[in-house]
Amino acid sequence: MAILEVSNITKKFHNTSVLKDISFSLEKGNALAIIGSSGSGKTTLLRCLNFLETPNSGVIKVNDEVLFDSNNRKKYSDREIREKRLHFGMVFQNFNLFPQYTALENVMLAEELIAKESSDYKSNSKEIHEKIKEHAIELLTMMGLKDRVNHYPHQLSGGQQQRVAIARALALKPDILCFDEPTSALDPELTGEVLKVIRSLASQKTTMIIVTHEMAFARDVADSIIFMDDGVIVEQGNAHDVIENPKEERTKQFLSRYSEG
Amino acid sequence: MFLSVSVQLLNGLLTTFKIFALTLVFALPLGLILAFGCMSKLKPLRYILQVFIWIVRGTPLMLQLIIIFYGPGLWLSHNIWSGNEAGRITATVVAFSINYACYFSVIFRGGIEGVPVGQKEAGEVLGMTKSQIFFKVTLLQMIKRVVPPMSNEIITLVKDTSLARIIAAYELTFAGYSFMKSDGITWPLFYTGVFYLLFVGILTLLFNYIEKKLSYFR
Repeated sequence: MAILEVSNITKKFHNTSVLKDISFSLEKGNALAIIGSSGSGKTTLLRCLNFLETPNSGVIKVNDEVLFDSNNRKKYSDREIREKRLHFGMVFQNFNLFPQYTALENVMLAEELIAKESSDYKSNSKEIHEKIKEHAIELLTMMGLKDRVNHYPHQLSGGQQQRVAIARALALKPDILCFDEPTSALDPELTGEVLKVIRSLASQKTTMIIVTHEMAFARDVADSIIFMDDGVIVEQGNAHDVIENPKEERTKQFLSRYSEG
Repeated sequence: MFLSVSVQLLNGLLTTFKIFALTLVFALPLGLILAFGCMSKLKPLRYILQVFIWIVRGTPLMLQLIIIFYGPGLWLSHNIWSGNEAGRITATVVAFSINYACYFSVIFRGGIEGVPVGQKEAGEVLGMTKSQIFFKVTLLQMIKRVVPPMSNEIITLVKDTSLARIIAAYELTFAGYSFMKSDGITWPLFYTGVFYLLFVGILTLLFNYIEKKLSYFR
C-alpha cells in the first residue's frame, strides 16, 4: 500500500498556475526524485506537502489518512495542522538552521517542545531530556558530526550545516523526509558529503522525496522519478529508466542539457 | 556651594532616572505590541496604527507632553494628575511611553521582518506553534538586530527627559538651570552636562556588553 497518495493537486499564485493537476504516489521505504528545470513547480509541490503552501485543489493522503482535501474546508486547529505536518520532515535548500543554537540544540529543540506538552513531562523531565539528547547525539553521529555537536551553525561548513539540518528533520521521525534541492546552496566540493548521507538513508529504506538537480545521484539513489515541466508531471517511472531512456520529448531535451554540461 | 549644587543635581538625576526607567518599562512591551499590530492581517487595524504612529512621530514630544499634562484638567472637570511632583512624573511617563513605543515599534518591526522567512518555515515544519516560533526562534535573532538602533533611541530618551521641565517636573536640567536663575552662576549647567555624559556612558558600556554577548551567533 502506498504511504503517500497525492491526487489532482493544483496551485495558483495570483493568476499563474504553478501546479496543474499533480497526482502521484509513493511506497513506504522508497525514494522518489523530482527533477525539472527551475520554475517547473517542484519546490512548490514539496511546500504543499509540508503545509507551507495551501493547494487550491486536490487531496493529500498519508497512510490512508486524509491530510488535505480541498473539498473539506474545515478550519483545523494549530494542533491538528501540527500533527499533519509531522508526517513530513523537510530539509531546505538554505538549511535554515537556528543560528542561536548549537548543532545539538537545533536537533533537540522541536522534540523537547513536544515533550513538554505531554502530561508526564513534569514528573521526569530530566529523564526525558536525557533521552532526547541521546537520540540527538545518535543522529548527529550518524551524520558524521559527533565532534561538532556543540558548534554553532556559523562555525560549520555548508555541508556540515546541511547534515545538521537532516538530523534535525529526522529527530521527529517523520514518515516521509523531503529534500528541497539539498545541495544547491553548497560549494561543489561539499555536495558529496551530503549526498553520501542521503544515499545511506536510502539504503536504510527511509521514505524520501528529493527535489534535485543531481541527475546521476537521482538515478542511483531514487527508486522512482518524476520529471516536471511547467507545473505538470511530464514523465514518471523507474528512476533508471527515465534517466537513461526517457520516453517524452521534453524529458529528453531536459536531460540532454545536463549530459552536455 | 559645590556640595549643595551636587545634592540638588542628584535630586534631579533621581527624577530623570525615574522617567527614563519607567518609560522603558512601559514603552518596550507596548512597542512590541504595536509592532505586531502593524504586521497584523487585519487591514483596518494596520491603517489605524499607521495613522497613530504618524501623529505621534510627526508632532513634538514637548507638545504631546503639554497636551497630556494640561489637557485632562481643561477638558474634564478635574485634573487626573495630582498636582505634586509624582503627578508630573506620572504624566511625563505616560507621554514618553506612548511616544517612545511608536519609535520602538518601527525598530521592532524591522527586526522581526529582518529575520529570514526560512527561520519561521523551519519552525513550522518542525511542528512548532506560532508562539513557540516567536519566543524560541525569532525573538533572540530580533533582539540581536535591534540592539544598535535601540541604543540610539534609548540614549535619546536620556536627554529627552529634560523636556519634563516644561511641566515643571524637577529633573536634572531643571535642577541645573535653577541655579543660573537664582544665583546667576553658569557652571552648574556644565556640571549637569557631566551627569548626562556619565549616564549615557554607562548605557553605552551596557549596550556594548549586550552586543558582545549576542555575538556568539550570526
